[in-house]
Amino acid sequence: MSQLWEVFVRGRRGLAHVHAGSLHAADAQMALRNARDVYTRRGEGVSIWVVPSSEITASTPDEKDPFFDPSADKVYRHPTFYTLPEEVRQM
Amino acid sequence: MIANDSAGTNDAMARERFVYALRLGDDALILAQRLSEWASRAPEIEEDIALTNIALDLLGQARALLDYAGTLEGASRDEDDLAYLRTEREFTNVHLVEQENGDFAHTIARQLFFSTYQLALYEELISSHDDLFAGVAAKGVKEAAYHNDHATQWTIRLGDGTDESHRRMQAAVDRLWPFTAELFESDDVERSLAAAGIGVDSSTLKSRWGLAIAEVLSSATLAVPETTWTSHGGRRGVHTEGFGYLLAEMQYLHRTYPGGKW
Repeated sequence: MSQLWEVFVRGRRGLAHVHAGSLHAADAQMALRNARDVYTRRGEGVSIWVVPSSEITASTPDEKDPFFDPSADKVYRHPTFYTLPEEVRQM
Repeated sequence: MIANDSAGTNDAMARERFVYALRLGDDALILAQRLSEWASRAPEIEEDIALTNIALDLLGQARALLDYAGTLEGASRDEDDLAYLRTEREFTNVHLVEQENGDFAHTIARQLFFSTYQLALYEELISSHDDLFAGVAAKGVKEAAYHNDHATQWTIRLGDGTDESHRRMQAAVDRLWPFTAELFESDDVERSLAAAGIGVDSSTLKSRWGLAIAEVLSSATLAVPETTWTSHGGRRGVHTEGFGYLLAEMQYLHRTYPGGKW
């Protein structure tokens, strides 16, 4: 029967696929078509990936502290100590 | 009115183009209306959106065609007048598109039959000498290709699915089969416009349609029905029983509040 799929949509060339949401479909081909209808109706996409939700391994809330806290106090990992030249508008 | 020969020919051609634009527009409008009846009622929300997306594609085609029909007619009728103020006998859509939605399999069978026809039609109409027809076809051919893909995918999954889905899909194909013959009935209007490079003689699409349908039905483990009787008359304004109810619902608001906008 219907299973759950995660949908990733690429907005335009050069951008990465971004998670758009999830949906139900009986198989991958139908999931792709449903994704087209549900998530790209307003011209949002040029490419779609669908992935079975069951295939995604996710971090759990229990792992939040060991996973993410240690990076919170390492400001030197951010490139905030450089002065950007005017010409570089975006980094 | 006294017209010279060439003006007379032009008038006749405008009349034929009006009839033709009305036909193609009515097919799209009525199928859009039927499909939109699925809104909030489809088996799952994804399919709800898919069917109403298709309805909106068809409504867009209908609007362009009916607007053009109004211009060709030259009687100051706009797309709304043509959609909402004509009576049953003045609609020239084929019987297939007015058939009730039935169960989901019936809707899919109707979609498969019609989109296969419309795709073939638009692929030809793209090269029409009439800019509006060519433009509608150029836009519509992509839409019809998707509608056709959607119906094909579902036909295969339902036909080659469970015993119950196979039984229902075959029943739907059998029930709607008699309404497909009318798609390929050409008449003087079509032949004349085809000869002028403006329209398509739909009888020339039949073999392509038959091959495409046979292939999908075979992939879906479904049998191609035997043709016993066939339904006719839509192009002449003779319709099946459910059509009056469809029009009543479609036209109610506009007739109750003429010219209403929101």
